[in-house]
Amino acid sequence: MKVLVTVKEVAEVEDEFEIDGLKIDERYLDYDLNEWDDYAVEEGVQIAEENDDVEVVTVTIGPERAEETIRMALAKGADRAVRVWDDALEAADFVDVATKTDILAAVVEEEQPDLILTGVQASDDAFGATGVSLADAIDFEWAAVVNALDLDVEAGVANLRRELEGGIEELTDVDIPAVLTIQTGINEPRYASLRGIRQAQSKEIAPKSLGDLGLDASVIDSEITLTSMYEPESESDATIWEGSADETAGKLAEFLRDKGVGQA
Amino acid sequence: MSDVLAITEHRRGELRDVSYELITAGRQLADDLGGDLHLAVISGDVSGFADHLNREGVDTIHTVDEGEEFNHDVYTQVITQLYDDLQPGAVVMPNSVNGLDYAPAVANHLSLPLVTDAIDFAADGALEVTREQYGSKVETTVEVDADHVALTIRPGEWPAAEGTGDADIVSFDASIDESAVKSTVTGFEEVGGGDVDITEADILVSVGRGIKEEENIELVEKLADALGATLSSSRPIVDNGWLPKNRQVGQSGKVVTPDVYIAIGISGAVQHVAGMKGADTIIAINTDPNAPIFDIADYGIVDDLFDVVPALTEQFQ
Repeated sequence: MKVLVTVKEVAEVEDEFEIDGLKIDERYLDYDLNEWDDYAVEEGVQIAEENDDVEVVTVTIGPERAEETIRMALAKGADRAVRVWDDALEAADFVDVATKTDILAAVVEEEQPDLILTGVQASDDAFGATGVSLADAIDFEWAAVVNALDLDVEAGVANLRRELEGGIEELTDVDIPAVLTIQTGINEPRYASLRGIRQAQSKEIAPKSLGDLGLDASVIDSEITLTSMYEPESESDATIWEGSADETAGKLAEFLRDKGVGQA
Repeated sequence: MSDVLAITEHRRGELRDVSYELITAGRQLADDLGGDLHLAVISGDVSGFADHLNREGVDTIHTVDEGEEFNHDVYTQVITQLYDDLQPGAVVMPNSVNGLDYAPAVANHLSLPLVTDAIDFAADGALEVTREQYGSKVETTVEVDADHVALTIRPGEWPAAEGTGDADIVSFDASIDESAVKSTVTGFEEVGGGDVDITEADILVSVGRGIKEEENIELVEKLADALGATLSSSRPIVDNGWLPKNRQVGQSGKVVTPDVYIAIGISGAVQHVAGMKGADTIIAINTDPNAPIFDIADYGIVDDLFDVVPALTEQFQ
C-alpha cells in the first residue's frame, strides 16, 4: 500500500519582527518542518515499519528552499518526495484551501495512495482545512484531529481516536482509503539518524510544475485575497515587575505571600 | 440581501457554548448582509436543543433529526441539502474539532470559498474577515469576493446570545445516503483521570515549551513543592511525554479556575488560554515581552525562567 504524507515547510517568526506589506520581512523568518506534519510523517513511517510493502511518499507545495525540510522527512524514513512549485505559485500572496486542494488532488491522481496523512494545521496560516477539503475532492473518507491510530489493513478500516475539546476523545472507525489529519502527541517523532540523513541524499525529490500535473495557473485564482497584515495591538494591562531576576523573584514572592501562598 | 445559515454544535446531550456564540456572530453577519439568520441543529434531541437556541436574533431554527451524535458524513450531507434549499450568502460553522471535521468538506462540496478561524468580520459591500497567523503574532484580513462563503468562527470570540427569541422552529427532512456514511463513532472516553485533579487546585504552577528539556521540569516541580502548589502544563509538554495528559491545561486538556496561575515559559497560544483565562490571578514569566500570555496576565516578569524560577524557589525554602 501507499501512504501519502503532506509536508509543509513553515516560517517561524522571531520574537521581534517587522512586516513588509503583506509579508513578514524575510530577515525575521526561520523555516522548519511544520510541527503537525512531523507527527504525520512519523505515523506514516511507523505504518511502513509495522506492515509489509508500504511505500511512504511525501508531497510538498513549496519552493526549492523547501527541499531541506523535505530531506528531513526523507531522513526519518519516507521513501521519496514530490515537490510542486512554479512561477505562478511563487507570485501568489496567498494560496487558499481550494487551490491547495486542487493541486494535491492532482498529485493523488498520479500517485493513487491508499492512505493520506496531513497535519491538523500548519503553524503559519493555521487554516486547518486542507486535509478534509482534499478528502471531499477525491472522494476519500476522512477524520480530523486524530490522536491515536490503529490501522487494520486487512479489514480496510482505520480505528482511531479524535481529540475533542475538554479532555474527551471520540472513538471512530473510518473506511480506507481515507485522509487523516494528525494531531501532535499521537506519537514521538524520531530524530533523523546520521545514517538516515546520508540515505536521504540519494532519495528522489521529484519537482513538478502545475503543468506537469495537468493544471494551469488559473488554479491559483481565488475569491479570497489577503488585504492586510499587522501586529495586533497589545491588550496587556499587566503589572510588569522590573529588575534583576533576584529582584523580580523577590517582588513576586512578596505578592504571593500576601496572597497566603507558601505558608503551610 | 442574503441570509446566513449557522450550524450549532452539541455533544453528549448538551449544546456547546459556541452554539450561542454562533447566534451572535451569525446575527452580526446577517445584519451586514441584510438577511435572516437561520440556525441548524442536527442530531440528538433536536427539539429540546431548538428550545434552548431560540434566543434573540434568530429567525428560523431547522431541526434535523438524524442520529444521536455528530457524524461528519451525515452533517456534510444535511448541510449541503439545507444550503441548496436556503441558498444563504454565508454558512457559519464553529472552528471546533468537529467543525474542522466537516466545514472544509462542505465548502469543497459546494465550491464555496472557505475562511476558517475568524476572530472578526465585517461586510460593508465586500466581506472582510480577520484572522490570526503565526501563533497569534500577526493579524491578517482577507477579503472574500464572492456572493456565497463558508466561514468558521473561533470559539470564545463572540459573546453568547441571550434573551428569548420567537424563531420559527421547522423540521427539515434530510435524505441521507447511508452508503456514503463511511465513518462510525463508536464511543467517547475521558482521558487522564490519574493521580491529580488540576481543576481542584487553588494554586497552579504551569510549565510550557520555554522549559526546553525534560530534565528542566524538575526546576518547576521544586517551585511547585515550595509553594504548596500543583504542577500543570501547556500542550507541548504533554505531547513530548514529559508530563501525563491529566496535567494539561487548555482547549483539549482541562479548564482550570485556580486563585493563582503562574505560567512559566508559556507563550499563551489561544488553545492554552481557553483553559486558564478564568484564573483569579494570572502571573506570567517569559522572555518575550510580546508573548500573548502577557495580554491576559495580571502580573508579569520578562526574564529568563532559568534565572527567575530558582530565585523564586529559594524565597520559599
